[in-house]
Amino acid sequence: MDNILIVHSGDNVGVALTAIAEGEAVITKGNDLFAAREAIPASHKVALTDIAANEEVIKYGETIAVSTQLIKRGQWVHTHNLSSGIWKK
Amino acid sequence: MSEISGFIRPDGKIGIRNHVLVLPTVSCVNGVVNRIAREVPDAVCAPHPHGCGRGGPRDLDILFRMLPGLIRHPNVGGVVLIGLGCEVSSIANLHPLIQDTGKKIEVLNVQTDGGSLETARKGVLAARRLLSELQNQSRVPIAWEKIMVAMECGGSDALSGVTANAVLGAVSDWLVEKGATVIFGENTEMIGTAHVLQRRAKNEQVAGQIEQMINRAEKLTHEIMGELASLVISPGNMDGGISTIAEKSMGCIVKGGTATINQVVHYGQAPTERGLILQDGPGYDGDSMAGLAASGSHVMFFSTGRGTPVGFPAMPVIKVASNTGVYQAMRDDIDVNAGVLTKGYPLQDLRDEMIQQMIRVINGEKTKAEINGMDVFTFMTIHPPF
Repeated sequence: MDNILIVHSGDNVGVALTAIAEGEAVITKGNDLFAAREAIPASHKVALTDIAANEEVIKYGETIAVSTQLIKRGQWVHTHNLSSGIWKK
Repeated sequence: MSEISGFIRPDGKIGIRNHVLVLPTVSCVNGVVNRIAREVPDAVCAPHPHGCGRGGPRDLDILFRMLPGLIRHPNVGGVVLIGLGCEVSSIANLHPLIQDTGKKIEVLNVQTDGGSLETARKGVLAARRLLSELQNQSRVPIAWEKIMVAMECGGSDALSGVTANAVLGAVSDWLVEKGATVIFGENTEMIGTAHVLQRRAKNEQVAGQIEQMINRAEKLTHEIMGELASLVISPGNMDGGISTIAEKSMGCIVKGGTATINQVVHYGQAPTERGLILQDGPGYDGDSMAGLAASGSHVMFFSTGRGTPVGFPAMPVIKVASNTGVYQAMRDDIDVNAGVLTKGYPLQDLRDEMIQQMIRVINGEKTKAEINGMDVFTFMTIHPPF
């Protein structure tokens, strides 16, 4: 059963529909994409690709944050590894 | 034959309810309004914390848009206005702003109508009289061009954007296609999305207004919050997995759909255009709802991820859960479960069901917030009282 939802085809993060355990398969539209590298809390984001440091994080097809460190595919994406880029003017 | 019906007002506007509104001009007389509410449960009574003690042109503009906005609201057929006598928004000062509606407005002032108990007694009689007069009015078929629907979100989580607001956006697009008006506000929840909204503006002027509105909201947030500006997200939102205000904002603006933005209006201002409208108003639920209602919204869709029971006087609020958990936890409060989208339920099917539900609500079916009487009326101010 699907355990993530991808809002827009250009997104590099997906939204966990349930809590996903470390090592558990990440599935959307019936496709087994990869294994979660760490626990993803329900409704939090998981990286769909490797995201380099200072790279844009895309959801809804738009930039929602900038990564502060390398985020590997399957890792949890949240305030601990993101910066809200717009305030850095 | 139109699929929707309503009540024609003397000024040509259309209401989807035929309410008697009992409104205090100032918080000092809320107790009188509360007494009337107990005696006349069928009247819509809307106590509030405003009406005096603030000055400055911006606060006066808001005060004299919000109270007349509620009095003029198309779902209101008659009004009992309870004044004190010495307040800023006195009946005398409100009169020029409400006299052209043609609807029946009964006015009482506590200082000259015999004090609070006698004013309440007179107010009860006036409210009952108006209710019995309005009972004789029948619904007539109406066109979608006459309808304005507000889109609101509050107590959001990471699913609010991807489920509930996504389907609200689909309903918005359907309404605009039908010729109706859709309005949404919450300028703080547009921060970080100016480029997205400007792309969709009708013309350069509207694009400029969108940019100014969002820049003001961003600057104000930055001034007040400083380094913590990016944390202008309540703890409840963060627990729900939203990481940044831009992410929250994207999840917020999807509820307006993808139509061209035809106008930007002030907080509480009635639009002069149809189609998709943005309101320069705050994000806080009660304040935002009041601004959208004062603009003349007939009905509101309100998405929630964490769960809120809030409703608004005279404007039916259709509550949409972003997840099945909150829908089940608050069955008495929530009308629609958009959580089904996480189980592969087609968005188009849910949209169609919500359109049918909206049509039933327009035609008189009560929403959960209406049944439960969860009305809150409060609105934003710029400055503290003095």
